[in-house]
Amino acid sequence: MLRLTRSAKIGLGAIVGVVLVFMYIPLSLVVLNSFNAARIATWPVTDFSLNWWVVAFTSEPIRAALLNSIVVGLGATALALVLGTLTAFALQRYSFFGKQTVNLLVVLPIALPGIVTGVALSNTYNNILEPIGIQIGYFGMIVAHATFCMVMVFNNVLARLRRMSPNLQEASMDLGAGLWQTFKLITFPQFRTAFVAGGLLAFALSFDEVVVTIFTAPPGVDTLPLWIMNQMARPNEASVVNVVATVIILASFIPVYVSQRLSRAEEED
Amino acid sequence: MPQSGRALLEAASAASPTPKGVSLHSVTKVFGDVVAVAELNLEVHAGEFFSMLGPSGSGKTTVLRMIAGFEDATSGSIELDGVDVTRMAPFDRNVNTVFQDYALFPHLTIAENVGYGLRVRRMGKSETAERVERALQQVRLAHTADRLPHQLSGGQRQRIALARALILQPSVLLLDEPLGALDKQLREEMQVELKQIQREVGITFIFVTHDQEEALTLSDRIAVFNNGCIEQVGTPNEVYEFPQTAFVAGFLGISNLIAPAHASVITGIDKLISVRPERVRLADAASAVAADETSVLGTVYETVYTGPATRYIIETAAGLRLTAERHNDHHPTAAAAFGRGDAVRAIWKTDHVSIVP
Repeated sequence: MLRLTRSAKIGLGAIVGVVLVFMYIPLSLVVLNSFNAARIATWPVTDFSLNWWVVAFTSEPIRAALLNSIVVGLGATALALVLGTLTAFALQRYSFFGKQTVNLLVVLPIALPGIVTGVALSNTYNNILEPIGIQIGYFGMIVAHATFCMVMVFNNVLARLRRMSPNLQEASMDLGAGLWQTFKLITFPQFRTAFVAGGLLAFALSFDEVVVTIFTAPPGVDTLPLWIMNQMARPNEASVVNVVATVIILASFIPVYVSQRLSRAEEED
Repeated sequence: MPQSGRALLEAASAASPTPKGVSLHSVTKVFGDVVAVAELNLEVHAGEFFSMLGPSGSGKTTVLRMIAGFEDATSGSIELDGVDVTRMAPFDRNVNTVFQDYALFPHLTIAENVGYGLRVRRMGKSETAERVERALQQVRLAHTADRLPHQLSGGQRQRIALARALILQPSVLLLDEPLGALDKQLREEMQVELKQIQREVGITFIFVTHDQEEALTLSDRIAVFNNGCIEQVGTPNEVYEFPQTAFVAGFLGISNLIAPAHASVITGIDKLISVRPERVRLADAASAVAADETSVLGTVYETVYTGPATRYIIETAAGLRLTAERHNDHHPTAAAAFGRGDAVRAIWKTDHVSIVP
């Protein structure tokens, strides 16, 4: 372990403190303002009220947007889990013509600016698929999210497969297990944590995606981020946004907690 | 194979008339444009400890993997106890493997690892538990049942891999350099244990190794592999004392291979001959030579002290280098018999030489 001098420890500690304050003060302001009775975020908060919480929880548009976000997130995650895992297996276990190219093309969407993906898919949906009679609609938005969500699953599973001894599958079949038994009892348990972690990341990516969603959401359909953006454009409703943001902050603890538990379980293995 | 070996085999097969064991008929395996195994024929008899010995890349592991079913033979056929298994999946063959890295399932306990084969065969819980218990006792590791593989030492993991394969009572057990990852002392202990277990269970063992000493120590018979072909098959004594090719003579221990040009001058035999260093003794250049001995004059070029023995490399006037090994059975503080530059006579019994065909 690297030994640090006393002054270095104090210096580094101060930097950590400043960074944490800088990250979490704005978040606490959001939480605090969600209890602000005023129409817009103010400082200092003078009147506290649960008024905006009541508004938020009874608002039909918020409920619809949340439901859309969850449906799109789960749909994109499901697609990403299936396609990402299969691609990882194909690229790790087999060698074939164009393997490196496929690898590159699969990972590219995560690096591609959302605006490019959004324009490309929107053009394809509206100018090519629609004229020939295919109304892709809601499903189009899920597919759009899946393009980059898949990379999360793919990278996680691929990294795990690379570390796994190929002899394990052979040993399993040698001991009499068929292909399905081997997958269920040996292969899947080996990459299960990577699979779940990839899925969590994929869902999180989809849940806060704005740019691609703007281009691919069917008319009149809002996801939660889109709804928030629209509210921010109307400053009189800003306070209700703070309530939604507070709930999202609280909900974010779940994936963070789960992924830390997963990586801890991993280290113990 | 020399006459004596064949007679031994016939005696062995007369004792057990059932057509068991493994046979390979002109088996070839090609990877891309590399021929890994070429037209290989091999008979492994039931109940024997058979080693496939050779340098890395000689095809021995590929042959093992084809018997296990992990690789398909490009052509030829493989029979197991008289049944053609060439196109059978690994899980349909009554053969089990001990892998070089053991391939224990890291997320399963030791008991679950050992019982895996029974579990996938849907054997009852109580019977599985009973057999796992017995298998673990056989390798003296019953106390590790609830641990995970990474909590065991290398030698213990090795024995668990063995127990996991043997619990299924296969007709053949394949071992892919199973002792390769262990340090020397542990390896020698495991050699004794392997041999004992093989004798107890009476299952055919096919053992892949690149360690000639290990092969000589453990095996009933050895096949020496080189470049995808078998150079020689025989008992340890046969392959060591009567090497049929220059490769076998050189791969098993140190050998003085004397080219025909030199051999004809020294012995009058115009062929490639081999004489083992332990059969060559050194004496003063002026010493007398008995009637049944052959000798050649030379000077000591190098001495190598190995502990139990000292090797002397001598060079003759004709430029031939020979190695003589002398047991260090003299008084521990006595000086070496010869030093560099000494003129010596290398002597061996004329009939201790083997002619390499």
